Amino acid sequence: MKRTIFRNQLLPWLLLAPQLAITFIFFLWPAAQAVWQSFLREDAFGINSTFVWFENYRRLWGSAEYLNSMKVTLIFAVSVTVLSMGVALLMAVAVDRMLRSTRIYTTLLVWPYAVAPAVAGILWWFIFNPTVGIMPYVLGQMGIRWNHISNPDQAMTLVVIASAWKQISYNFLFFVAGLQAIPASLREAAAIDGAGPIKRFFTITFPLLSPTTFFLLVVNIVYSMFETFAVIDSTTEGGPAQATNIMVYKVYFDGFIGQNMGSSGAQSVILMLIVIALTVIQFRYVEKKVEY
Amino acid sequence: MASITLDNVGKVYPGGTRAIGDVNMDIADGEFIVLVGPSGCGKSTLLRMVAGLESITDGTVKIGDRVVNEVEPADRDIAMVFQNYALYPHMTVRQNLEYGLKNRRTPRDEIARRVEEAAGILQIGQYLDRKPRALSGGQRQRVAMGRAIVREPAAFLFDEPLSNLDAKLRVTMRLEIKDLQRRLRTTSLYVTHDQLEAMTLADRLVVLNMGRVEQIGTPLEVYRKPASTFVAGFIGSPAMNLISSRAVPHLPGSAHAGLLGIRPEDLVVDPAGAIELKITAVEELGAQRLVHGLVGGEDFTVTMPSDAALGDSLTLSVPAQALHRFDKESGLRLD
Repeated sequence: MKRTIFRNQLLPWLLLAPQLAITFIFFLWPAAQAVWQSFLREDAFGINSTFVWFENYRRLWGSAEYLNSMKVTLIFAVSVTVLSMGVALLMAVAVDRMLRSTRIYTTLLVWPYAVAPAVAGILWWFIFNPTVGIMPYVLGQMGIRWNHISNPDQAMTLVVIASAWKQISYNFLFFVAGLQAIPASLREAAAIDGAGPIKRFFTITFPLLSPTTFFLLVVNIVYSMFETFAVIDSTTEGGPAQATNIMVYKVYFDGFIGQNMGSSGAQSVILMLIVIALTVIQFRYVEKKVEY
Repeated sequence: MASITLDNVGKVYPGGTRAIGDVNMDIADGEFIVLVGPSGCGKSTLLRMVAGLESITDGTVKIGDRVVNEVEPADRDIAMVFQNYALYPHMTVRQNLEYGLKNRRTPRDEIARRVEEAAGILQIGQYLDRKPRALSGGQRQRVAMGRAIVREPAAFLFDEPLSNLDAKLRVTMRLEIKDLQRRLRTTSLYVTHDQLEAMTLADRLVVLNMGRVEQIGTPLEVYRKPASTFVAGFIGSPAMNLISSRAVPHLPGSAHAGLLGIRPEDLVVDPAGAIELKITAVEELGAQRLVHGLVGGEDFTVTMPSDAALGDSLTLSVPAQALHRFDKESGLRLD
């Protein structure tokens, strides 16, 4: 670490100020507001608010809707993570086996990451649109009736696909880099040691990829829990019948549509705690535990 | 245990580049063969073709009586020691040794017996439960050898296994490899660019240049009768002097040969000699000194005892049997 000694006491603070200001105004202040809000209860007209301690939290635990949202979030996050990481790994392994035009293929595969979440949502919404979409038509030919507007499982499938699709590029890049960091001689040694391609993958390649995989696991959970808001908002808006109402969307919906600031605040504090927990896990283990 | 036969083996890359051309070689059962040559000469490629890691585009490779051109590496009954050892970093030493046996569904007590035995031979018993990163270079090298030994294969393939070790350890490990191969009597094919390693380890050397075999022979044969100027310059340290016969017109036996080869250690100081050396530089090696200079305007080196008195020039002669004669165009040995 390089150390600089400042003669002027004011200068270091001045240099730090912009960063500190941004952190305070855009992160710490809103977070504190949320915490404060979560202890308040507003009346029906939003004129008076009373301090109610943990009443908002207590109500959440008793709310079937909130518990359902947690369950939906869990299913959604696991599905998106598994789907996007699985597909990305498959593609990365395929690219790793390619000898030529790897670069072009890699570049093409990165494009979806540049698409804004809302646009991605709309894109998939059109593809799966029960009236004009191509997928319902194709599925209809195969005897499957697609209507995510009324079918909760299909709605969930749609938002999972749309969210996972966007994240595949990101995972793919990391997996390709991870695979290329594994010396070819290890796989050759395993081939001579009598391991077939599939056995080789599961006993050599995959264990050696574990640092990458673990890193992506945390990143993908965070992504699917927090950054998929736009996808949900542009496709299902949490419906039908709460089927895709993930926690982040519910914070927005209860707060800005339902105008229940207290509950919304409590929910966002819970989300904040989840993020903190994930970040701790990330920093604790990603660089130490998984190392071989 | 098996012999290895290479019959007109060649390799052409898809782009049309020829890496290996017409290699013929018979390796007897239990023989230690060293492939030696400068980097880029195709020696590793040839080894990897025998291992099954590179395709063979021409000719046939036989291990035992079986043509293995299309046989998977796993089914060729060979074990390979890699330059970077290629130990599985996420497995303990024991797991590294067991991996190949488990893949072949060897009975458990047999695996345990072989691992114990290999660990005993290589003195790595106390490291069996460590991960490779907790081992030193020499220990890793031993584990890599152990992984080959436990398999009890028909042949060992070594791809520059000592080049990542420091000079002192390299000498120790060289002796150990030689000793081990003598005891196990397993056919071995060993690749190196280090001519000293090649000379000391090999039953027979194969000198490769630009994908072709320059000479096959015992270390002494290759040293005493290099088949070409390339071999003459590559085997032996310091390298053999190669000068045109015009530079030494009075040297007996120099006629009708384009190029003359004289080893620096074969020269003797002789006032009546035909070689006039103008000294330009002297390198002190302790036990001896290397005297560099010009003979008839061409570079020339001679080794001298370290106590020899040196002036500006030396008059030298060379015994007739120590004179190597080569054709100027083809570089091939004449006689």
